[in-house]
Amino acid sequence: MRNPISNVAQEIQPSGIRKFFDIVSEMEDVISLGVGEPDFDTPWHVREEGIYSLEKGRTFYTSNAGLKELREEICRYQKRKLGIEYDSKNEVMVTVGGSEAIDLAIRAMINPGDEVLIPQPCFVSYVPCVMLAYGKPVTIELKEENEFRLTAEQLIDNITDKTKILVLPFPNNPTGAIMEKEDLEAIAKVCIEKDIYVLSDEIYSELTYKGGHYSIVQIEGMKERTVLINGFSKAYAMTGWRLGYALAPSFIMKQMIKIHQFAIMCAPTTSQYAAVEALRNGDEEVCQMCEAYNQRRRYLLNAFKEMNLECFEPFGAFYMFPSIKRFGMTSEEFAERLLREEKVAVVPGSAFGECGEGYLRISYAYSIDNLKVALGRIKKFIGRLDNE
Amino acid sequence: MREKILSIIEKNSRIDIKDMAIMLGVPETEIANEIADMEKEKIICGYHTLINWDNTSNEKVTALIEVKVTPQRGLGFDKIAERMYNYPEVRAVYLMSGGFDFTVIIEEKTMKEVAQFVTERLAPLEAVRGTATHFILKKYKDHGTVLTEVSKDERMMVTP
Repeated sequence: MRNPISNVAQEIQPSGIRKFFDIVSEMEDVISLGVGEPDFDTPWHVREEGIYSLEKGRTFYTSNAGLKELREEICRYQKRKLGIEYDSKNEVMVTVGGSEAIDLAIRAMINPGDEVLIPQPCFVSYVPCVMLAYGKPVTIELKEENEFRLTAEQLIDNITDKTKILVLPFPNNPTGAIMEKEDLEAIAKVCIEKDIYVLSDEIYSELTYKGGHYSIVQIEGMKERTVLINGFSKAYAMTGWRLGYALAPSFIMKQMIKIHQFAIMCAPTTSQYAAVEALRNGDEEVCQMCEAYNQRRRYLLNAFKEMNLECFEPFGAFYMFPSIKRFGMTSEEFAERLLREEKVAVVPGSAFGECGEGYLRISYAYSIDNLKVALGRIKKFIGRLDNE
Repeated sequence: MREKILSIIEKNSRIDIKDMAIMLGVPETEIANEIADMEKEKIICGYHTLINWDNTSNEKVTALIEVKVTPQRGLGFDKIAERMYNYPEVRAVYLMSGGFDFTVIIEEKTMKEVAQFVTERLAPLEAVRGTATHFILKKYKDHGTVLTEVSKDERMMVTP
């Protein structure tokens, strides 16, 4: 029998998180700090709108690019947040989560052999998506000493004449790092000089704790060469609705919609109606959730300091990325022992790229009471390690 | 800052001042002073506990009474309210817009006691023109807290 598997599928490594998930699911009484989604329920008025759309029988396909009202609301939202105008007819599309938008953007832009720069540690899907498009993922190791921000020097060092796209995953999962205006200006300058396109994954844009979010598209000359990705999962606590979107110049958008049209058809209709409501009337809840995350962030940061667990201060998303280098274990060993001995689940940093080795991703999408119990267990564990 | 403190203790009045200081990123003394000031200014009026009596063996009857009154010269709504809220069994008194004037919420051990209160205390007040008593059958949500269900974390344990 012939091998039914394609070489590229074979080559893709299964997510490091998956492996950990299998261990966790066999255990009981585990407190998890390993989740990459909000603990809040989707605001009721948003859920209600989804229910209403079902009652009304709005159960058909929408246009490929997404509901007209939703595309218009997305453009209004970005105008409100970034002050940047997008054309709701030609420069925006609604996708099945931010993940689909990542895949589409890469497939629409990459020829075999083109290089895509991916700063790591980062979300798990960029590398496989590039491989599936027969591109070449080139990872850039972000450094803790730079607060896991990408510097222009690091960018320049990794550019070759094959470099086509730079992925900018900020605010960052798993580090919680952000890029501020000055950081982005230095990056933008290089991108324009070297004619590089940017895939800016801003799914955590609403969750920043130092000034507001700044996007690279706000820099002169960058909107024309950027695919901006965002969605509803993190800001509106809508992960299960699977709804994201992309904003891009029309010549890229046209190709993305074409692929989407054949692979997906359209994003879920119920979710799209709910999302219209989220954008129209959801700002206040987003603010409240952001404030709650910020309180937990400060709480964790302080607790880590007290238990002598080294951690840089993250200003975005809902993750902390403490270093465990002083314990002389790999992240996976540390995480597995913490799980088996104290029943706390965290994700080893190495799941987000090799340079995540020596770190843990700890999510604070949990109530303070939950965090408190988990922190008590972590403290006990570290105390024991220090005495070993 | 005050608004942030209030929104935290409104949900959890037992929280440590130390924890709150960390969560809000300000010194403990600042939180303590703000709280003391707000107590003085009667912004913070107490630290009560939300109890679901239905889950105890303690029998309680709660009634919501609509009260219509005729305010008399020299005896405005406030005076009438005072005559009602001074009864310890009265839990709340609100002045209303619309079809009646006051909502009075009363808690007693038995329906008979509620009836007694209405007929012997409330209705005979000179200013009161009429009352309509509604008994509360079941509390689903009180003070912003859903009482009828236990929330459970439905998320998978580990996700990217």
